[in-house]
Amino acid sequence: MAKILGGITTSHIPAVGNAIQNELYDDPYWKPFFDGYPKVHAWIKEKKPDVVINIYNDHGLGFFLDQMPTFAIGAANEYKNEDEGWGLPELDAFPGHSELSWHIIESMVADEFDITSCQELPVDHGFVVPMQLFWPGAPHNADMPRAIPISANTVQHPIPTLKRALDFGKALRKGIESFPEDLTVVVLGTGGLSHQLDGERAGFINREFDEYCLNNIAHNPEELTKIGRMELVEKAGAQGTEFLMWMMMRGALGDNVTEITRNYHIPISNTGAGTLLLECA
Amino acid sequence: MHDSMDHDYHIDIPGTTIFDGKMAMKGYNLNKMCYSFNKADNRDAFKEDPEAYMSEYKLTEAQKEAIRSSNILAMIEEGGNIYYLAKLAGIFKLSVQDVGGLQTGRTTEEFKEYLLSQA
Repeated sequence: MAKILGGITTSHIPAVGNAIQNELYDDPYWKPFFDGYPKVHAWIKEKKPDVVINIYNDHGLGFFLDQMPTFAIGAANEYKNEDEGWGLPELDAFPGHSELSWHIIESMVADEFDITSCQELPVDHGFVVPMQLFWPGAPHNADMPRAIPISANTVQHPIPTLKRALDFGKALRKGIESFPEDLTVVVLGTGGLSHQLDGERAGFINREFDEYCLNNIAHNPEELTKIGRMELVEKAGAQGTEFLMWMMMRGALGDNVTEITRNYHIPISNTGAGTLLLECA
Repeated sequence: MHDSMDHDYHIDIPGTTIFDGKMAMKGYNLNKMCYSFNKADNRDAFKEDPEAYMSEYKLTEAQKEAIRSSNILAMIEEGGNIYYLAKLAGIFKLSVQDVGGLQTGRTTEEFKEYLLSQA
C-alpha cells in the first residue's frame, strides 16, 4: 500500500525562481531564505519518495475566471509549465502518475469531495518553484519523484474554509493510503505566508500571525480551523489566503507528526517566507 | 435595498478589495485581456496598439483610462484582479515592489524599506 512519509511547505514566490536561475544562494538578501533548505534536501535524499503531491494555487495560467474549480486534481502523464507573461523559464515536463491520480479522484469523490479532474493542466510558478527548491535542477534531478498537482482556488472569493482545506487533506490521505502499490509519497503545501500585493494595504506582512500558524500547524491544526476566511484575509493579507494549501497538506499527514526543520524569514519579495518539514509517524 | 451579491460574512478591511463574484463580473473583460498576456504574441499586439487591443476585449472607458494612466488602484476598483494585472505589469517590466509603491504612494525604494521594516 502507498505510504505518506511526510509533508513539506514553502513559499512559492516567482522571485525565488529568478534567484534560483541566477544562483543567488549566498547573496546576503537571499541567504537567510535558502538556508532553510539543506535539511529538507538531506531528508529527501534519505527518503527518496516515489511520488510528490504538490498542492498549490494557480495564479492565472491553468485556470481563468471563465471556469474556476475550487479544488482541481491533475490526472495526466506529465505536466509542463508555460509562459506566465513575465519571463520565468519554460522547463521540460514533470512526469506524472495518472494511475494514482485517478485512484485519488475515485476515492475522494466517493468520500463526497466533488473535485475537478484535469487531463491537461499547465502548472505555474506555484507548482514549479517548490519543485526547484526541493529537487535542485528539477525536473532533471536523479531523485525527482513522479508528480501530481492539486490546485485550490484562492483567486476569487468564495474561497474554501480552513476546515474544508484540512478535511480535504484528510480525504486525500485516505485516497493515497488505499492505493494498492507500495509507493512512498511526500505532500507539499505551497504558498504564503502573509502577504498582500494589491490595494492601499499592499506590502502588509504579519510576523505574529505567521508564527501563530507555524506554531500550531504541526500539533494543533484543528485550532487553526477556527480562523474565518475574512479573518484570514485581514491577518494574512489578501494573498496570504494561500495558507489554505498548508492546511490541505497538513490534513494528509495524519495525527502524529514530528517537526524536522523550520525556517521563517521576512521579507522575500513582498512575503513572510515560511518553510516547514513534518515527518509522519 | 438588500443586494443579494453582498455578503454578511464579508468585513471591511481598509485598503483591501475582496475579489468576489461582484468584482469578478465587473472586471471580467479586463481580467480576460490580462490573461491573454500569457502569450508573447498577445503582449506584442497590445504593445503595438493598446487602444485597439483594449477595444477588442470590450473594456469599459473607466478600465481603459485606468490602464492609460497606469493607475493600479483604479484598475482594481474596476474589477481587476492582481494575479491577472501582474501580467499587464510584466509588459511594463514592473516588479511587485514597483506595483506596491505605485499603490501606496511610495517610491520602489521606500516600498522595499517598508517591507524590511516588518522583519
